[in-house]
Amino acid sequence: MTVTASNRPNTRVFGPAVLLLLAALSVSGNALAKDQFRIAWSIYVGWMPWDYAAESGIVKKWADKYGIEIDVVQINDYVESINQYTAGAFDGCVMTNMDALTIPAAGGVDSTALIIGDFSNGNDAVILRDKAELAEIAGQKVNLVELSVSHYLLARALASVGLTERAVTVVNTSDADMVSAFASGGPTAVVTWNPLVSEILAMPNTNKVFDSSRIPGEIIDLMVVNTETLKANPALGKALVGAWYETMSIMSKDDEAGRAARTAMGKASGTDLAGYDAQLASTKMFFEPAEAVAFAKSEQLPLTMEEVASFSFDHGLLGEGAPNPGFIGVAFPGERYFGDDGNLKLRFDAGFMQMAADGAL
Amino acid sequence: MKRLINQRPGPVSTAALALLPFVVLALVYLLASDARLAENPNDKLLPSFSTLAESFVRLTSEPSQRTGEILLWKDTGASLRRLAQGVGISAAIGLILGVALGAIPLIRSGFAPFVAVLSLIPPMAVLPVLFIVFGLGELSKVVLIVVGITPFIVRDLQQRVQELPRELIIKAQTLGANSWQIVLRVILPQVVPRLIDAVRLSLGTAWLFLISAEAIAATEGLGYRIFLVRRYLAMDVILPYVVWITILAYLTDFLLKQISRRAFPWYHTGEPGR
Repeated sequence: MTVTASNRPNTRVFGPAVLLLLAALSVSGNALAKDQFRIAWSIYVGWMPWDYAAESGIVKKWADKYGIEIDVVQINDYVESINQYTAGAFDGCVMTNMDALTIPAAGGVDSTALIIGDFSNGNDAVILRDKAELAEIAGQKVNLVELSVSHYLLARALASVGLTERAVTVVNTSDADMVSAFASGGPTAVVTWNPLVSEILAMPNTNKVFDSSRIPGEIIDLMVVNTETLKANPALGKALVGAWYETMSIMSKDDEAGRAARTAMGKASGTDLAGYDAQLASTKMFFEPAEAVAFAKSEQLPLTMEEVASFSFDHGLLGEGAPNPGFIGVAFPGERYFGDDGNLKLRFDAGFMQMAADGAL
Repeated sequence: MKRLINQRPGPVSTAALALLPFVVLALVYLLASDARLAENPNDKLLPSFSTLAESFVRLTSEPSQRTGEILLWKDTGASLRRLAQGVGISAAIGLILGVALGAIPLIRSGFAPFVAVLSLIPPMAVLPVLFIVFGLGELSKVVLIVVGITPFIVRDLQQRVQELPRELIIKAQTLGANSWQIVLRVILPQVVPRLIDAVRLSLGTAWLFLISAEAIAATEGLGYRIFLVRRYLAMDVILPYVVWITILAYLTDFLLKQISRRAFPWYHTGEPGR
């Protein structure tokens, strides 16, 4: 080396820089007992109550009751919100059952489905242009957000008419461009979710040939929290569940307060009371905690998760190390498991919802 | 005392200094990755080097479960084809328009301001329009690249033609050449290496538009794969793809530079380091 002392890089500068980068890169879920929490939500009919609960002070009321602080943060990009949660930037996040299995659970973040809010009962749909029968989808290009619940719905739809994914060509299309793409006249088949479904169905010669009401209870919307954080801080679970069911009881009533709540939720999602009520009609909301507890304890839920796990495995969503669909264990209330119970990463917990049902919060 | 600005590293330390930022980056990554993996062995955000290497080998050698094709090669083929079409069309338009605008004042007066205004439109802003006019298929992806880089190449070449020594043009005229012959025999040979330079400079932008187009709607391609697996945080696929794109971009640039040096040695006589 002919480097002289004066131009040798200064190692004292690198030390702090490395530490800084390390700190920036290693944000992780803090499992210690604490009193400040952040949860993330994104716009969807079944998650708008979180916005209302935060804006109207319901979340603060319940957080105060348990002596904690909860920051409710809206994220514009749904996938990004789950990725942020998985990376440890949030203690909880709203997501579907499939995404909960394939993103945080597959990423090794032990997650608990604290609240089962609703399931899609028509909100997700397969739409064809100029064709009225699902079987006519064969040979077409299908625009959808690949590897999302839309993709899962397509697989289920194809199976219902004896077809497989080989019968169609899947074109990955951003949900942000779905409506304008369809309006351009190119795509002849799309799979998407509300409110995009209603916008596309408003165009001429479009037919809804399959929707999630044909597979009820399979596309489930959850509030997912970090299991370690929840174990160390049960107050977080109690406050979130308490706030949620208070909001449910307000919005489910057809009185002035209920309509005002639904109007606020509609406005925040870019529509009005009528538009929001129309979306609620194709969503099976669990307004009563007892309903959600019964759903969590049902025989159907483990079978649904098995179906979802097998779809995810076939599409490589469980990670490359996954040897079989049961590689990631899923726990259900009542000591029931799906898959490897030595690698439990997703837990459906009815305990907190049961407390709400018993009025014990 | 020898001043800092006069100290030159020898050949060995030049190489060492060039490597240093890469080594530091790798080290920082390694430490951060180890810290995250120690806490959660399944962490997907910063996979270990061995995971990255395994994933790269798998991407380049094993056929996909779903389609039976080897993903990396298939994606590379699709992306390079789109890039070559887009850049090729842009270079052809750039050469024709650039020479016409630079050499013929009547055309320049008529079109140069128009091209200048066109070049100011951000292509991503008109993307929804491109989709509606050209559809979601291959065409709109190539068109996005063309719209993105052609105005730059045209304006650059026009400038280069106008910079040609006036004496050359006058000399050709005294020898009896007409306008067409001057364009063909004097101007064209001189601007072709400059066209290669302009293409090299616009390649980065072309990649940007290619990846953007593939992110929005596609069934294959390097950008498509990155945006697809982003959905489940598969950094073990994304990071090798980013490295691979960087290598491809470097190789394309290097190849063009070598072609230019072989074909137009006169153009490179003044370059440093030769």
